[in-house]
Amino acid sequence: MAFKLTYKPYGERAILVEWTQVIDGDILKDIINFKQKIKNSHIKSLVELKSAYNSLLIIYNKCVNDFEAETTIIDKIYSKEIDFYKTDSLLWRIPVCYHDEFGLDMELISKGKKLSKEDIIKLHTQAIYTVYFIGFLPGFLYLGGLDKTLHVSRKSTPRLQIEKGAVAIGGNQTGVYPNASPGGWNIIGNSPINFFDASKDQPCFAKSGDRIQFYPISLKEHHDIKTLVDAKVYQIESEVIDD
Amino acid sequence: MIKVLKPGFYSTIQDFGRSGFQEFGVPYSGVMDKKAAALANALLGNNENDAVLEITMMGPTLQFKSQTYIAISGADMSAKINNQAIQLNKIISVKPDDVLSFGKLITGFRSYLAVSGGFKTETVMNSKSMYQNITKQFILRKNDEIAILESSKFDGIQNASVKIDSSYISSKTIEVFKGTEFDCLSKNQQDILFSKDFTISKDNNRMAYQLNETLSNNLKPIITSAVLPGTIQLTPSGKLIVLMRDCQTTGGYPRVLQLKESAISILAQKFTGNTISFKLNSKY
Repeated sequence: MAFKLTYKPYGERAILVEWTQVIDGDILKDIINFKQKIKNSHIKSLVELKSAYNSLLIIYNKCVNDFEAETTIIDKIYSKEIDFYKTDSLLWRIPVCYHDEFGLDMELISKGKKLSKEDIIKLHTQAIYTVYFIGFLPGFLYLGGLDKTLHVSRKSTPRLQIEKGAVAIGGNQTGVYPNASPGGWNIIGNSPINFFDASKDQPCFAKSGDRIQFYPISLKEHHDIKTLVDAKVYQIESEVIDD
Repeated sequence: MIKVLKPGFYSTIQDFGRSGFQEFGVPYSGVMDKKAAALANALLGNNENDAVLEITMMGPTLQFKSQTYIAISGADMSAKINNQAIQLNKIISVKPDDVLSFGKLITGFRSYLAVSGGFKTETVMNSKSMYQNITKQFILRKNDEIAILESSKFDGIQNASVKIDSSYISSKTIEVFKGTEFDCLSKNQQDILFSKDFTISKDNNRMAYQLNETLSNNLKPIITSAVLPGTIQLTPSGKLIVLMRDCQTTGGYPRVLQLKESAISILAQKFTGNTISFKLNSKY
Protein backbone atom coordinates (compact mmCIF):
# COMPACT_ATOMS: atom_id res chain seq x y z
CA MET A 1 0.00 0.00 0.00
CA ALA A 2 1.08 3.55 -0.58
CA PHE A 3 1.40 5.98 2.32
CA LYS A 4 1.08 9.72 2.15
CA LEU A 5 4.64 11.00 2.38
CA THR A 6 5.95 14.38 3.45
CA TYR A 7 9.17 15.81 2.00
CA LYS A 8 11.27 18.38 3.86
CA PRO A 9 14.57 20.02 2.93
CA TYR A 10 17.36 19.10 5.38
CA GLY A 11 20.20 21.59 4.96
CA GLU A 12 21.85 22.01 1.58
CA ARG A 13 22.39 18.43 0.59
CA ALA A 14 19.62 16.27 2.00
CA ILE A 15 15.88 15.64 1.83
CA LEU A 16 13.91 14.08 4.68
CA VAL A 17 11.01 11.85 3.75
CA GLU A 18 8.49 11.25 6.54
CA TRP A 19 5.74 8.71 7.09
CA THR A 20 2.97 8.94 9.70
CA GLN A 21 4.47 9.44 13.16
CA VAL A 22 3.87 5.96 14.52
CA ILE A 23 6.08 2.91 14.94
CA ASP A 24 4.61 0.28 12.72
CA GLY A 25 5.74 -2.84 10.85
CA ASP A 26 3.95 -1.89 7.62
CA ILE A 27 5.73 1.47 7.54
CA LEU A 28 9.03 -0.34 8.08
CA LYS A 29 8.33 -2.59 5.06
CA ASP A 30 7.38 0.44 2.97
CA ILE A 31 10.61 2.24 3.92
CA ILE A 32 12.77 -0.81 3.13
CA ASN A 33 11.04 -1.20 -0.23
CA PHE A 34 11.37 2.51 -1.07
CA LYS A 35 15.06 2.44 -0.15
CA GLN A 36 15.60 -0.45 -2.53
CA LYS A 37 13.71 1.32 -5.34
CA ILE A 38 15.85 4.43 -4.87
CA LYS A 39 19.05 2.35 -4.86
CA ASN A 40 17.96 0.66 -8.09
CA SER A 41 17.25 4.03 -9.74
CA HIS A 42 20.97 4.86 -9.73
CA ILE A 43 20.61 8.56 -8.99
CA LYS A 44 24.08 9.90 -9.75
CA SER A 45 24.31 12.45 -6.97
CA LEU A 46 23.00 10.10 -4.27
CA VAL A 47 25.49 9.45 -1.48
CA GLU A 48 23.51 7.50 1.03
CA LEU A 49 20.15 6.68 2.54
CA LYS A 50 19.52 6.66 6.26
CA SER A 51 16.26 5.26 7.55
CA ALA A 52 14.69 5.38 11.01
CA TYR A 53 11.26 4.35 12.39
CA ASN A 54 9.22 6.53 10.07
CA SER A 55 11.68 8.56 8.09
CA LEU A 56 14.23 8.27 5.35
CA LEU A 57 17.01 10.81 4.87
CA ILE A 58 18.27 11.04 1.30
CA ILE A 59 21.77 12.49 1.25
CA TYR A 60 23.30 13.93 -1.95
CA ASN A 61 26.87 14.84 -2.82
CA LYS A 62 25.79 18.20 -4.22
CA CYS A 63 23.47 21.00 -3.18
CA VAL A 64 19.80 20.39 -3.81
CA ASN A 65 19.21 23.51 -5.88
CA ASP A 66 15.68 22.75 -6.91
CA PHE A 67 13.90 21.10 -4.00
CA GLU A 68 10.56 20.76 -5.82
CA ALA A 69 12.14 19.11 -8.88
CA GLU A 70 14.16 16.72 -6.74
CA THR A 71 11.18 15.64 -4.64
CA THR A 72 9.13 15.09 -7.80
CA ILE A 73 11.81 12.66 -9.00
CA ILE A 74 11.85 10.90 -5.64
CA ASP A 75 8.08 10.72 -5.39
CA LYS A 76 7.85 9.21 -8.89
CA ILE A 77 10.23 6.49 -7.77
CA TYR A 78 8.04 5.91 -4.71
CA SER A 79 4.87 5.50 -6.74
CA LYS A 80 6.40 3.14 -9.31
CA GLU A 81 4.08 0.18 -9.11
CA ILE A 82 6.59 -2.30 -10.47
CA ASP A 83 8.58 -4.88 -8.61
CA PHE A 84 8.34 -5.24 -4.89
CA TYR A 85 11.89 -5.88 -3.83
CA LYS A 86 11.76 -8.88 -1.61
CA THR A 87 14.91 -9.31 0.41
CA ASP A 88 15.18 -12.21 2.79
CA SER A 89 14.67 -11.29 6.39
CA LEU A 90 16.65 -13.28 8.93
CA LEU A 91 15.89 -14.27 12.50
CA TRP A 92 19.04 -14.05 14.62
CA ARG A 93 19.32 -15.99 17.86
CA ILE A 94 21.38 -13.98 20.35
CA PRO A 95 22.80 -15.52 23.55
CA VAL A 96 22.41 -13.38 26.68
CA CYS A 97 23.72 -14.05 30.16
CA TYR A 98 21.24 -12.64 32.71
CA HIS A 99 23.46 -13.56 35.69
CA ASP A 100 23.73 -11.02 38.55
CA GLU A 101 27.30 -10.27 37.51
CA PHE A 102 25.89 -8.55 34.39
CA GLY A 103 22.27 -7.77 35.27
CA LEU A 104 23.01 -4.66 37.31
CA ASP A 105 19.42 -3.39 37.34
CA MET A 106 17.66 -6.77 37.42
CA GLU A 107 16.98 -6.51 41.18
CA LEU A 108 15.51 -3.02 40.77
CA ILE A 109 13.16 -4.06 37.96
CA SER A 110 12.23 -7.25 39.77
CA LYS A 111 11.17 -5.29 42.89
CA GLY A 112 9.53 -2.45 40.98
CA LYS A 113 7.50 -4.78 38.76
CA LYS A 114 6.91 -7.48 41.41
CA LEU A 115 8.24 -10.04 38.96
CA SER A 116 10.78 -12.77 39.65
CA LYS A 117 14.05 -12.66 37.71
CA GLU A 118 12.92 -15.84 35.96
CA ASP A 119 9.75 -14.06 34.82
CA ILE A 120 11.74 -11.13 33.48
CA ILE A 121 14.08 -13.46 31.60
CA LYS A 122 11.11 -15.39 30.21
CA LEU A 123 9.35 -12.23 29.01
CA HIS A 124 12.56 -10.86 27.51
CA THR A 125 13.47 -14.06 25.67
CA GLN A 126 10.09 -15.20 24.37
CA ALA A 127 9.49 -12.05 22.31
CA ILE A 128 10.67 -11.82 18.72
CA TYR A 129 12.01 -8.32 18.13
CA THR A 130 12.01 -6.46 14.83
CA VAL A 131 15.14 -4.55 13.81
CA TYR A 132 13.85 -1.13 12.71
CA PHE A 133 17.20 0.48 11.97
CA ILE A 134 20.74 0.95 13.28
CA GLY A 135 21.61 4.29 14.84
CA PHE A 136 22.88 6.20 17.89
CA LEU A 137 26.17 4.25 18.08
CA PRO A 138 27.91 2.04 15.50
CA GLY A 139 25.97 -1.23 15.56
CA PHE A 140 23.19 -0.19 17.94
CA LEU A 141 19.98 -1.92 16.81
CA TYR A 142 16.67 -0.16 17.38
CA LEU A 143 14.34 -3.03 18.26
CA GLY A 144 10.56 -3.07 18.41
CA GLY A 145 8.46 -5.61 20.27
CA LEU A 146 9.33 -5.38 23.95
CA ASP A 147 6.60 -6.90 26.14
CA LYS A 148 4.55 -4.13 27.82
CA THR A 149 5.15 -5.67 31.26
CA LEU A 150 8.85 -4.85 30.88
CA HIS A 151 8.46 -1.18 29.96
CA VAL A 152 10.46 0.72 32.56
CA SER A 153 11.59 4.35 32.59
CA ARG A 154 15.19 5.26 31.88
CA LYS A 155 17.49 5.87 34.85
CA SER A 156 17.34 9.45 36.13
CA THR A 157 21.13 9.67 36.10
CA PRO A 158 22.79 7.89 33.16
CA ARG A 159 25.79 5.68 33.89
CA LEU A 160 29.05 7.15 32.62
CA GLN A 161 30.26 3.78 31.40
CA ILE A 162 28.19 0.84 30.30
CA GLU A 163 30.02 -2.34 29.39
CA LYS A 164 30.24 -3.60 25.83
CA GLY A 165 27.48 -6.14 25.17
CA ALA A 166 25.19 -4.85 27.94
CA VAL A 167 21.56 -5.82 27.29
CA ALA A 168 19.26 -3.09 28.51
CA ILE A 169 15.72 -1.76 28.71
CA GLY A 170 14.82 1.92 28.31
CA GLY A 171 11.21 3.03 28.13
CA ASN A 172 9.44 0.74 25.66
CA GLN A 173 12.67 -0.34 23.99
CA THR A 174 15.31 -2.98 24.53
CA GLY A 175 18.76 -3.12 23.01
CA VAL A 176 22.38 -4.17 23.24
CA TYR A 177 25.24 -1.68 23.70
CA PRO A 178 27.67 -2.64 20.89
CA ASN A 179 30.58 -0.97 22.65
CA ALA A 180 31.32 0.63 26.00
CA SER A 181 29.53 3.97 26.24
CA PRO A 182 27.60 6.18 28.63
CA GLY A 183 23.90 5.30 28.80
CA GLY A 184 20.70 5.66 30.74
CA TRP A 185 18.98 2.35 30.14
CA ASN A 186 18.46 -0.38 32.76
CA ILE A 187 20.92 -3.24 32.37
CA ILE A 188 19.58 -6.78 32.69
CA GLY A 189 22.28 -8.90 31.08
CA ASN A 190 25.17 -9.17 28.66
CA SER A 191 25.69 -10.72 25.25
CA PRO A 192 29.14 -11.99 24.24
CA ILE A 193 28.38 -11.33 20.54
CA ASN A 194 30.00 -8.53 18.51
CA PHE A 195 27.29 -6.23 17.19
CA PHE A 196 29.79 -4.16 15.25
CA ASP A 197 32.98 -5.15 13.47
CA ALA A 198 34.77 -2.30 11.69
CA SER A 199 36.97 -4.75 9.76
CA LYS A 200 34.04 -6.24 7.85
CA ASP A 201 32.43 -4.90 4.66
CA GLN A 202 29.09 -5.44 6.40
CA PRO A 203 30.07 -4.27 9.89
CA CYS A 204 26.69 -5.31 11.37
CA PHE A 205 25.23 -8.77 10.92
CA ALA A 206 21.62 -7.56 11.17
CA LYS A 207 19.77 -5.16 8.91
CA SER A 208 16.44 -3.29 8.94
CA GLY A 209 13.58 -5.77 8.79
CA ASP A 210 15.50 -8.66 10.38
CA ARG A 211 14.32 -10.21 13.68
CA ILE A 212 16.17 -10.88 16.90
CA GLN A 213 15.40 -13.38 19.62
CA PHE A 214 17.43 -13.60 22.81
CA TYR A 215 18.10 -16.87 24.66
CA PRO A 216 19.52 -17.27 28.16
CA ILE A 217 23.00 -18.68 28.76
CA SER A 218 25.06 -19.36 31.89
CA LEU A 219 28.16 -17.47 32.98
CA LYS A 220 30.30 -20.36 31.72
CA GLU A 221 28.59 -20.38 28.33
CA HIS A 222 29.06 -16.60 28.13
CA HIS A 223 32.76 -17.07 28.75
CA ASP A 224 33.03 -19.90 26.18
CA ILE A 225 31.16 -18.01 23.47
CA LYS A 226 33.23 -14.88 24.13
CA THR A 227 36.38 -16.92 23.57
CA LEU A 228 35.03 -18.12 20.21
CA VAL A 229 33.91 -14.60 19.26
CA ASP A 230 37.35 -13.19 20.07
CA ALA A 231 38.95 -15.92 17.96
CA LYS A 232 36.56 -14.88 15.15
CA VAL A 233 35.15 -18.40 14.80
CA TYR A 234 31.75 -17.98 16.42
CA GLN A 235 28.76 -18.24 14.09
CA ILE A 236 25.54 -16.59 15.19
CA GLU A 237 22.52 -18.86 14.68
CA SER A 238 20.11 -17.52 12.11
CA GLU A 239 17.28 -18.66 9.90
CA VAL A 240 15.42 -17.14 6.97
CA ILE A 241 11.92 -16.06 7.86
CA ASP A 242 9.04 -15.60 5.53
CA ASP A 243 6.89 -12.53 5.98
CA MET B 1 57.73 9.60 9.86
CA ILE B 2 56.79 12.02 12.63
CA LYS B 3 57.40 11.29 16.30
CA VAL B 4 55.02 12.71 18.89
CA LEU B 5 57.06 14.26 21.74
CA LYS B 6 53.95 15.80 23.35
CA PRO B 7 50.43 15.12 22.13
CA GLY B 8 48.88 18.52 22.96
CA PHE B 9 45.36 18.93 24.34
CA TYR B 10 43.42 16.97 21.72
CA SER B 11 45.10 16.14 18.43
CA THR B 12 43.64 13.69 15.94
CA ILE B 13 44.21 12.57 12.36
CA GLN B 14 41.21 13.55 10.22
CA ASP B 15 40.25 13.67 6.57
CA PHE B 16 36.83 14.55 5.13
CA GLY B 17 35.28 11.67 7.08
CA ARG B 18 33.48 8.42 6.58
CA SER B 19 30.42 8.63 4.39
CA GLY B 20 28.38 5.65 3.25
CA PHE B 21 28.20 3.98 6.68
CA GLN B 22 25.43 5.97 8.34
CA GLU B 23 23.06 3.01 8.05
CA PHE B 24 25.36 1.07 10.40
CA GLY B 25 25.31 3.89 12.94
CA VAL B 26 28.84 5.03 12.07
CA PRO B 27 29.43 8.79 12.54
CA TYR B 28 30.92 10.82 9.71
CA SER B 29 33.81 12.24 11.76
CA GLY B 30 36.32 14.18 9.68
CA VAL B 31 37.85 17.62 10.08
CA MET B 32 35.74 20.07 12.09
CA ASP B 33 36.88 23.00 9.90
CA LYS B 34 36.86 21.75 6.30
CA LYS B 35 37.85 25.12 4.96
CA ALA B 36 41.12 25.26 6.90
CA ALA B 37 42.02 21.62 6.22
CA ALA B 38 41.34 22.04 2.49
CA LEU B 39 43.49 25.18 2.43
CA ALA B 40 46.48 23.54 4.14
CA ASN B 41 46.23 20.65 1.67
CA ALA B 42 45.82 22.95 -1.34
CA LEU B 43 48.97 24.88 -0.43
CA LEU B 44 50.95 21.64 -0.68
CA GLY B 45 49.23 20.45 -3.84
CA ASN B 46 47.53 17.61 -1.94
CA ASN B 47 43.96 16.48 -2.50
CA GLU B 48 41.69 18.65 -0.38
CA ASN B 49 40.53 15.63 1.61
CA ASP B 50 43.96 14.14 2.36
CA ALA B 51 44.46 13.31 6.03
CA VAL B 52 45.71 16.18 8.18
CA LEU B 53 46.41 16.58 11.88
CA GLU B 54 43.61 18.45 13.64
CA ILE B 55 45.04 20.32 16.59
CA THR B 56 42.74 21.66 19.30
CA MET B 57 43.45 24.61 21.59
CA MET B 58 46.95 23.60 22.67
CA GLY B 59 49.33 22.19 20.10
CA PRO B 60 51.54 19.10 20.22
CA THR B 61 55.32 18.93 19.94
CA LEU B 62 56.35 16.87 16.93
CA GLN B 63 59.71 15.73 15.67
CA PHE B 64 60.12 15.04 11.97
CA LYS B 65 62.15 11.99 11.02
CA SER B 66 61.89 12.53 7.28
CA GLN B 67 62.29 15.46 4.97
CA THR B 68 58.97 16.91 3.82
CA TYR B 69 56.92 20.06 3.29
CA ILE B 70 54.22 21.20 5.66
CA ALA B 71 51.54 23.87 5.83
CA ILE B 72 49.44 24.97 8.80
CA SER B 73 46.04 26.62 8.43
CA GLY B 74 43.12 27.52 10.67
CA ALA B 75 43.70 28.74 14.22
CA ASP B 76 46.89 30.65 14.98
CA MET B 77 48.67 28.79 17.79
CA SER B 78 52.06 30.47 17.44
CA ALA B 79 53.70 27.59 15.58
CA LYS B 80 57.47 27.29 15.68
CA ILE B 81 60.09 25.14 13.99
CA ASN B 82 63.13 24.66 16.22
CA ASN B 83 61.79 27.56 18.31
CA GLN B 84 61.68 29.92 15.34
CA ALA B 85 58.21 31.32 14.64
CA ILE B 86 56.69 30.19 11.34
CA GLN B 87 53.76 31.66 9.44
CA LEU B 88 50.35 30.18 8.82
CA ASN B 89 49.30 29.33 5.27
CA LYS B 90 52.86 29.00 3.95
CA ILE B 91 54.73 26.09 2.46
CA ILE B 92 57.49 25.22 4.90
CA SER B 93 60.34 22.83 4.25
CA VAL B 94 61.28 20.60 7.17
CA LYS B 95 64.25 18.26 7.52
CA PRO B 96 64.94 15.28 9.77
CA ASP B 97 65.08 16.14 13.49
CA ASP B 98 63.28 19.46 13.07
CA VAL B 99 60.85 20.03 15.94
CA LEU B 100 57.45 21.63 15.39
CA SER B 101 55.92 23.14 18.51
CA PHE B 102 53.10 25.51 19.33
CA GLY B 103 52.63 28.30 21.82
CA LYS B 104 49.88 30.72 22.68
CA LEU B 105 46.48 30.49 21.03
CA ILE B 106 46.01 33.78 19.18
CA THR B 107 42.96 33.26 16.95
CA GLY B 108 40.46 30.43 16.45
CA PHE B 109 40.46 27.07 18.23
CA ARG B 110 41.54 24.40 15.73
CA SER B 111 44.68 24.32 13.62
CA TYR B 112 45.39 21.97 10.72
CA LEU B 113 48.80 20.55 9.91
CA ALA B 114 49.13 19.13 6.40
CA VAL B 115 52.19 17.29 5.08
CA SER B 116 53.14 16.54 1.47
CA GLY B 117 51.03 13.60 0.30
CA GLY B 118 48.92 13.56 3.50
CA PHE B 119 49.34 11.45 6.62
CA LYS B 120 49.60 7.72 5.89
CA THR B 121 47.80 6.25 8.88
CA GLU B 122 45.36 3.32 8.81
CA THR B 123 42.25 3.57 6.65
CA VAL B 124 39.07 2.11 8.13
CA MET B 125 35.82 2.29 6.12
CA ASN B 126 37.35 4.55 3.47
CA SER B 127 38.64 7.12 5.93
CA LYS B 128 41.62 7.84 8.15
CA SER B 129 39.52 9.92 10.55
CA MET B 130 40.12 8.79 14.12
CA TYR B 131 37.08 7.70 16.08
CA GLN B 132 36.77 5.49 19.14
CA ASN B 133 35.96 1.83 18.36
CA ILE B 134 36.36 2.44 14.62
CA THR B 135 40.08 3.22 14.33
CA LYS B 136 42.58 1.47 16.63
CA GLN B 137 43.53 4.81 18.07
CA PHE B 138 41.30 7.82 18.57
CA ILE B 139 43.69 10.47 19.81
CA LEU B 140 47.39 11.23 19.39
CA ARG B 141 49.54 9.92 22.26
CA LYS B 142 53.06 10.60 23.43
CA ASN B 143 55.70 8.60 21.51
CA ASP B 144 53.35 7.74 18.65
CA GLU B 145 55.03 7.50 15.28
CA ILE B 146 52.93 8.76 12.41
CA ALA B 147 53.69 7.62 8.89
CA ILE B 148 54.23 10.27 6.22
CA LEU B 149 55.89 10.23 2.81
CA GLU B 150 59.48 11.31 2.33
CA SER B 151 59.39 14.35 0.05
CA SER B 152 62.64 15.95 -0.97
CA LYS B 153 61.41 18.18 -3.72
CA PHE B 154 58.30 20.28 -3.79
CA ASP B 155 56.05 19.10 -6.57
CA GLY B 156 52.86 20.93 -5.60
CA ILE B 157 51.47 23.89 -7.46
CA GLN B 158 53.08 27.10 -6.25
CA ASN B 159 50.66 28.90 -4.04
CA ALA B 160 49.90 31.79 -6.36
CA SER B 161 46.57 30.17 -7.20
CA VAL B 162 45.47 29.49 -3.62
CA LYS B 163 43.13 32.15 -2.28
CA ILE B 164 43.47 32.75 1.43
CA ASP B 165 40.65 34.33 3.38
CA SER B 166 40.86 33.73 7.10
CA SER B 167 38.20 36.26 8.09
CA TYR B 168 35.67 33.47 8.76
CA ILE B 169 37.71 32.40 11.81
CA SER B 170 36.70 35.49 13.73
CA SER B 171 33.20 35.74 12.25
CA LYS B 172 30.37 35.27 14.74
CA THR B 173 27.58 34.91 12.20
CA ILE B 174 26.35 31.34 11.81
CA GLU B 175 24.24 30.86 8.71
CA VAL B 176 21.43 28.35 9.14
CA PHE B 177 18.47 26.83 7.36
CA LYS B 178 15.18 25.99 9.02
CA GLY B 179 15.35 22.61 10.72
CA THR B 180 12.75 19.95 10.03
CA GLU B 181 10.82 20.81 13.24
CA PHE B 182 11.39 24.60 13.00
CA ASP B 183 7.74 25.20 12.15
CA CYS B 184 6.67 23.59 15.44
CA LEU B 185 8.13 26.61 17.28
CA SER B 186 5.98 29.66 17.98
CA LYS B 187 6.67 32.89 16.09
CA ASN B 188 8.12 34.32 19.29
CA GLN B 189 10.47 31.36 19.79
CA GLN B 190 11.59 31.62 16.17
CA ASP B 191 12.29 35.34 16.58
CA ILE B 192 14.42 34.73 19.68
CA LEU B 193 16.67 32.38 17.69
CA PHE B 194 17.50 35.15 15.22
CA SER B 195 17.62 38.16 17.52
CA LYS B 196 19.67 36.98 20.50
CA ASP B 197 23.35 36.20 20.80
CA PHE B 198 24.23 32.72 21.98
CA THR B 199 27.28 31.72 24.00
CA ILE B 200 29.33 28.53 23.56
CA SER B 201 29.11 26.52 26.79
CA LYS B 202 31.97 24.55 28.33
CA ASP B 203 30.41 21.42 26.85
CA ASN B 204 31.88 21.71 23.38
CA ASN B 205 33.77 19.00 21.57
CA ARG B 206 33.92 17.09 18.28
CA MET B 207 30.48 15.57 18.95
CA ALA B 208 28.50 18.67 19.82
CA TYR B 209 28.54 22.27 21.01
CA GLN B 210 26.02 23.13 23.70
CA LEU B 211 24.91 26.74 24.03
CA ASN B 212 24.42 28.51 27.37
CA GLU B 213 21.20 30.41 26.58
CA THR B 214 18.05 28.31 26.64
CA LEU B 215 14.87 28.55 24.60
CA SER B 216 11.81 27.63 26.63
CA ASN B 217 9.61 25.30 24.63
CA ASN B 218 6.90 22.73 24.94
CA LEU B 219 7.86 20.63 21.93
CA LYS B 220 7.40 16.91 22.36
CA PRO B 221 10.33 14.63 21.61
CA ILE B 222 10.22 13.23 18.09
CA ILE B 223 10.27 9.56 17.20
CA THR B 224 13.99 8.83 16.72
CA SER B 225 15.03 10.08 13.28
CA ALA B 226 18.12 11.08 11.29
CA VAL B 227 20.48 13.85 12.40
CA LEU B 228 23.53 15.26 10.64
CA PRO B 229 26.54 17.37 11.58
CA GLY B 230 25.21 20.93 11.86
CA THR B 231 21.79 19.90 13.16
CA ILE B 232 20.65 21.99 16.13
CA GLN B 233 18.54 19.98 18.56
CA LEU B 234 16.28 21.54 21.19
CA THR B 235 15.94 19.52 24.40
CA PRO B 236 12.87 19.56 26.68
CA SER B 237 14.81 21.71 29.18
CA GLY B 238 15.39 24.28 26.42
CA LYS B 239 19.05 23.50 25.75
CA LEU B 240 20.28 24.06 22.20
CA ILE B 241 22.75 21.43 21.06
CA VAL B 242 24.66 21.96 17.82
CA LEU B 243 25.79 18.59 16.53
CA MET B 244 29.30 18.46 15.09
CA ARG B 245 31.33 15.99 12.98
CA ASP B 246 31.48 13.08 15.47
CA CYS B 247 27.75 13.27 16.24
CA GLN B 248 25.53 10.21 16.55
CA THR B 249 23.59 9.24 13.40
CA THR B 250 20.07 9.53 14.85
CA GLY B 251 18.39 11.47 17.62
CA GLY B 252 15.09 12.05 19.37
CA TYR B 253 15.04 15.82 20.00
CA PRO B 254 13.31 18.28 17.67
CA ARG B 255 15.67 19.60 14.99
CA VAL B 256 15.08 23.35 14.97
CA LEU B 257 17.91 24.60 12.75
CA GLN B 258 20.50 23.21 10.36
CA LEU B 259 23.87 24.90 9.88
CA LYS B 260 25.04 25.69 6.40
CA GLU B 261 28.11 23.56 5.67
CA SER B 262 30.40 26.62 5.70
CA ALA B 263 29.02 27.65 9.12
CA ILE B 264 30.28 24.38 10.64
CA SER B 265 33.82 25.58 9.84
CA ILE B 266 33.12 28.91 11.56
CA LEU B 267 31.71 27.22 14.66
CA ALA B 268 34.65 24.79 14.78
CA GLN B 269 36.90 27.78 15.49
CA LYS B 270 34.83 28.86 18.52
CA PHE B 271 35.31 27.84 22.13
CA THR B 272 33.85 28.28 25.63
CA GLY B 273 32.57 31.79 26.18
CA ASN B 274 32.56 32.91 22.51
CA THR B 275 29.29 34.32 21.24
CA ILE B 276 27.55 33.62 17.97
CA SER B 277 24.35 34.74 16.29
CA PHE B 278 22.20 32.86 13.83
CA LYS B 279 21.29 34.23 10.43
CA LEU B 280 18.50 32.54 8.51
CA ASN B 281 19.15 31.51 4.94
CA SER B 282 15.65 31.26 3.52
CA LYS B 283 16.56 29.36 0.39
CA TYR B 284 14.45 26.38 1.46
